[in-house]
Amino acid sequence: MMEFINFYLIPGLALGSIYALGAIGISMIFGILRFAHFAHGDVMTLGAYGTLTAVWVSGLHPLLALPVGIVFAVLAVLAVDKVFYKPLRELPTIYTVIASFGVALIFRSLIQLVWGSQNEVFIRGVQKPVVLFDLIRVSLLHLEAIAIIIGVAIALHYFLSRTQTGRSMRAVSDNAELARVAGLDTEKIVRATWIIGGSLAAIAGVLAGLDTNIQPNLGWNLILPMFAAAILGGIGKPMGALLGGMVIGLVEELSSYPWLTDEPLINPSYKTATAFLMMVILLIFRPQGLLKGRLF
Amino acid sequence: MDPVGLLFFLVGFLIMAGIYAILCLALNVQWGYGGLFNAGIAGFFAVGAYTSALLTAAPAQTHLGGYELPVLVGIIAAAVTAGLTGWAVAKICIRLKSDYLAMASIGIAEILRMVIVNEDWLTNGSLGITNIPRPFDGLLQGREADILFLAFVWVIVAIVYLVCNRLYDSPWGRTLRAVRDNEDAARAVGKDVDSFRLQTFVIGAALMGVAGALSAHYFRFLSPEATEPLLITFLVWVMLMAGGSGNNKGAIVGALSVWAIWSLTEIVTNRLPAEFATRSSYIRMLLIGLLLQFVLQKYRSGLLPERSPGIAFDKDKDKTHG
Repeated sequence: MMEFINFYLIPGLALGSIYALGAIGISMIFGILRFAHFAHGDVMTLGAYGTLTAVWVSGLHPLLALPVGIVFAVLAVLAVDKVFYKPLRELPTIYTVIASFGVALIFRSLIQLVWGSQNEVFIRGVQKPVVLFDLIRVSLLHLEAIAIIIGVAIALHYFLSRTQTGRSMRAVSDNAELARVAGLDTEKIVRATWIIGGSLAAIAGVLAGLDTNIQPNLGWNLILPMFAAAILGGIGKPMGALLGGMVIGLVEELSSYPWLTDEPLINPSYKTATAFLMMVILLIFRPQGLLKGRLF
Repeated sequence: MDPVGLLFFLVGFLIMAGIYAILCLALNVQWGYGGLFNAGIAGFFAVGAYTSALLTAAPAQTHLGGYELPVLVGIIAAAVTAGLTGWAVAKICIRLKSDYLAMASIGIAEILRMVIVNEDWLTNGSLGITNIPRPFDGLLQGREADILFLAFVWVIVAIVYLVCNRLYDSPWGRTLRAVRDNEDAARAVGKDVDSFRLQTFVIGAALMGVAGALSAHYFRFLSPEATEPLLITFLVWVMLMAGGSGNNKGAIVGALSVWAIWSLTEIVTNRLPAEFATRSSYIRMLLIGLLLQFVLQKYRSGLLPERSPGIAFDKDKDKTHG
């Protein structure tokens, strides 16, 4: 039982937090700008490398240097939106999807040019696990990730339900035409979307980098589970995406638990495939997601 | 560079350009004719490559197969298995709209890649398959054999091109464009939209399998690295967008010109100081990414835009029916 909690449940929740942070942005962008942002994983990678540089310069703990990475990622997405996505906004959204593939490529090659393609780590050496009551042994990072996602959930709920910008964002996501007729400033809402999406992606990137190591494909490798999470939660429903991320993370980790026999239920090297498979099944049977998101 | 070296550089260039041309034509059937966003090209390419490699390679303990069948059998089998994979994928997700189809197809391509990397008994994992033959092996030796293979590749390109053109002009192609441009209208006149889409997807996937098989025979070696989505899927999309989606000539021109940019930048970056040379492939990736953005914003219809065939009236027939 303790083994289940220590090696499957807590890591699953931590992985889920990383997915959730990315999926919130994907879901918001899909809801408001109406396209699947395939460069979102690479925004995460940018955030991780920005933070890494700040750690190198200042010697601070990565989570304290995080604001630098956040600013870096946000500036990058705002610039990309202005230069590459905005000129295509009046066209069928599929062109923006193709453009976002190109942006993913541009981000990744820039990262490789500036930082190289070798693996980097935030903190050297083995981290001691946190031991609670002699039974629960979990890594500090996983606890931090779970704490961050709880904080983000509360802040997000407050933002979406209590602030003017948050309410406007929900309005545009539910019905863009009506929102425009009602006089909402769409460009301002788009900007807010990128700032929130970029910030959360940067946090996710740093957490993912802390969990394994930092390399140029860090975020790209996570993009499909994050899409799965966004679809599971219902497109355009940020809180749904958060929930979806937790579910996908848990399913991925729990899929290799020896449920039936002494062997793992699914070979751990196919762990990520379970997330893709869930996504495909969802797309077929319940594309509107759990929380009744929009369908485009 | 000496003339002979230059000649063989050109031969190698044209072989790869031919393989990419087939991929572009295949994507053109799916996207240009049918408007289907396939982002998992690398997956079908890999299925074709591994099918043909396993059937034609010399027997080996490390992987399945090694049946030493003729290359042509391997290529046809590659088209069949890739087509069947395409059929299965299409059966599941053909009703999905653009963005969702992109996600689903990448997801399936990634699952296929995981299978290839992890199932050692089948594919010898990351060590790959060696001793894959070429057609007409033994007829010519050494580098001259490359010229023979070049001819073989471009004969296949020509066949694929003619088939694709025939498809485009046929009533089938016309219906497909109707489905692409206005699904509801096509449905209203009684066309089975889903079945047309499924057929398109399968034809495209089978052609991608052929391209995969050709690349396996060209390199005589196949490992999961050869199916890197960046080099296959991305590059082919840029080629088709730049060449002109919906136009088969455009697809070939796009493949040739983008592959030329890719290969020429390699020559340039290889002459840079060593510390830059190691990063040269990233500069090329960056260029391709920027090229895609440029095309999307300025030349959306490509170098050779789509030209629908005019409506041909049979005048004599018209007269008799008065």
